[in-house]
Amino acid sequence: MSPADTKMVGTKMADVSTGIPPERASPATAVETPFRRFLSDYTESPVAVVAFVALVLILLIAIFAPVISPQNPYDLAVIDIMDSRLAPGETNFAGDMTYVLGTDDQGRDMLSAIFYGLRISLGVGVASGVIALSLGLVIGLTAAYFGGKVDTLIMRTVDLQLSFPAILVALILVAVLGRGVDKIIIALVVVQWAYYTRTVRASALVERRKEYVEAATCLGLGTRHILFRHMLPNVLPPLIVVGTVQVAHAIALEATLSFLGIGLPITEPSLGLLISNGFDYMLSGKYWISFFPGVALLITIVTINLVGDRLRDVLNPRLQK
Amino acid sequence: MSVFIIRRLLQASLVILVMSLLVFFGVNVIGNPVDILINPDFTQEQREAAIRALGLHLPIHEQYFVFLKNAVQGDLGISFVFGEPALKLIVQRMPATLELAFAALFLSIVVGIPLGVYAGLHPESVAGRTIMGASILGFSLPTFWVGIMMIMLFAVMLGWLPSTGRGDTVEVLGIHVSFLTWDGLRHLFMPALNLALLKMSLVIRLARAGTREVMHQDYVKFARAKGLSRRRVVLVHVLKNIMIPVVTILGLELGSLIAFSVVTETVFAWPGMGKLIIDSIQLLDRPVVVAYLMIIVFMFVTINLVVDVLYSLLDPRVRLQDLKE
Repeated sequence: MSPADTKMVGTKMADVSTGIPPERASPATAVETPFRRFLSDYTESPVAVVAFVALVLILLIAIFAPVISPQNPYDLAVIDIMDSRLAPGETNFAGDMTYVLGTDDQGRDMLSAIFYGLRISLGVGVASGVIALSLGLVIGLTAAYFGGKVDTLIMRTVDLQLSFPAILVALILVAVLGRGVDKIIIALVVVQWAYYTRTVRASALVERRKEYVEAATCLGLGTRHILFRHMLPNVLPPLIVVGTVQVAHAIALEATLSFLGIGLPITEPSLGLLISNGFDYMLSGKYWISFFPGVALLITIVTINLVGDRLRDVLNPRLQK
Repeated sequence: MSVFIIRRLLQASLVILVMSLLVFFGVNVIGNPVDILINPDFTQEQREAAIRALGLHLPIHEQYFVFLKNAVQGDLGISFVFGEPALKLIVQRMPATLELAFAALFLSIVVGIPLGVYAGLHPESVAGRTIMGASILGFSLPTFWVGIMMIMLFAVMLGWLPSTGRGDTVEVLGIHVSFLTWDGLRHLFMPALNLALLKMSLVIRLARAGTREVMHQDYVKFARAKGLSRRRVVLVHVLKNIMIPVVTILGLELGSLIAFSVVTETVFAWPGMGKLIIDSIQLLDRPVVVAYLMIIVFMFVTINLVVDVLYSLLDPRVRLQDLKE
């Protein structure tokens, strides 16, 4: 069999697995592609639509932070110590700029600091999520496909790790590895991989017994091909749901570690560090230095969770009408 | 049965041994305590003497064996910073953490169960929906931020409650406790509530799901058919049956409460083990970090072991399945 044939078989298989073979679909239902059905299911919940729009906005803010921020909060030439700890709505010492959310102890505009902080928090959260997801995918598929001793070993490790709370695992790793962006990402990946592995293995075990895998095996396709070209697309939906929820967890955990002073270094001011920074001024009534970064963190986590919740409902075949 | 317990004990010891290896080597390979702890103005001789006194001149694997030998005898090293045995430092702070954890556990049960049962009895009512919405928030809000907001509201703006420390303590059987004095209680309330929020949400969900399930059972129908008051049906028949999963889960979650107290203790400056470990990580006080992690891992493994054995006593299928593997 030539590589081209293999590829064709692969795509045909994928089509069958979605349940809608294109050649058999009648003209009336031809517009009903899986994606459209997904879209119309998702938009049934107005809250989820609002959450999705908010999430897109947050992502855009994070990506374009340097463009849309009123000032670059980490450029020492533009911040003025005379402007430190101004309440929200006050204008700066020079009189040409209004601090909508006030300033911190260095005279930084809080709004700009939050935009930049969002960038770092989301960056770390998403990066660790993507790495953990890929790792969980490979390990979970391996466990499900090979079974036996390999499976037992992997799942025992997963069980063992999940019997410890995430914060404790992160604490051990941070104590062992020290501080730094790369180390925090490693810690977050180690905390998360077990969840992904468990999810992938569970759905892959179901997929493995299905006919299309049997058919692919009969065609003499290689193990790796079956695992990654045939089974992988079918275990993705539950993984996407776990992924969104896990990214929210990762962001919250990073913020917690940074707040405790054992997370990101001061050179990478994430939302957690901003909150921790403002905590010292909380008792003197200067609430905004801590409060607004906290609100930003909150909105981010809640919107991701809302989108994840809706995705779970939409992608769950048991709830499908 | 004994085979099962012995196997579980061996597994538990193996986990502790692996963790000790991981933690000890990890912590000792990163960072050089010589630079941090020894006065740079020391002469070469003073420096050598200090390194010897701290046991840092030995090769790392020998340091580990010394650590392991001492650990079995209850000696987990001497703090670089305080100059006192690490174990003593941690044990001194343990009552404060345990008090906080148990207060949080108590709060999450007393508040969580009535709310959960109510939401289970009236799932479609406004109050029921509000309770569930609040429990989702309780799950997704980061503990430390809620703690900060509580301080802002109750300590700074309203001035009702103190924001830091334990307040007056009373000595009971040689242990200082806060909850027996009015001042101590006022100090305890906010941190305990903060720590409890996550578990409270969990209890609400468990109690709600349990109530909804139990309400449709035959024995509840029978109790109502007998003409028992609704009050008696809920308080006796329903409550008894939903307590089983709640108690099981909360037993398992006690360890996680102790681990999460790290965050709450830092926010409220509660002088417990969690505050000590964070300070020690920042000061690179390796013996205290290693000792804390070993103690907490030991606690977790013990809790899991006890739960496993209890389960196998209650449900023989668990241990039979384990032996077949």
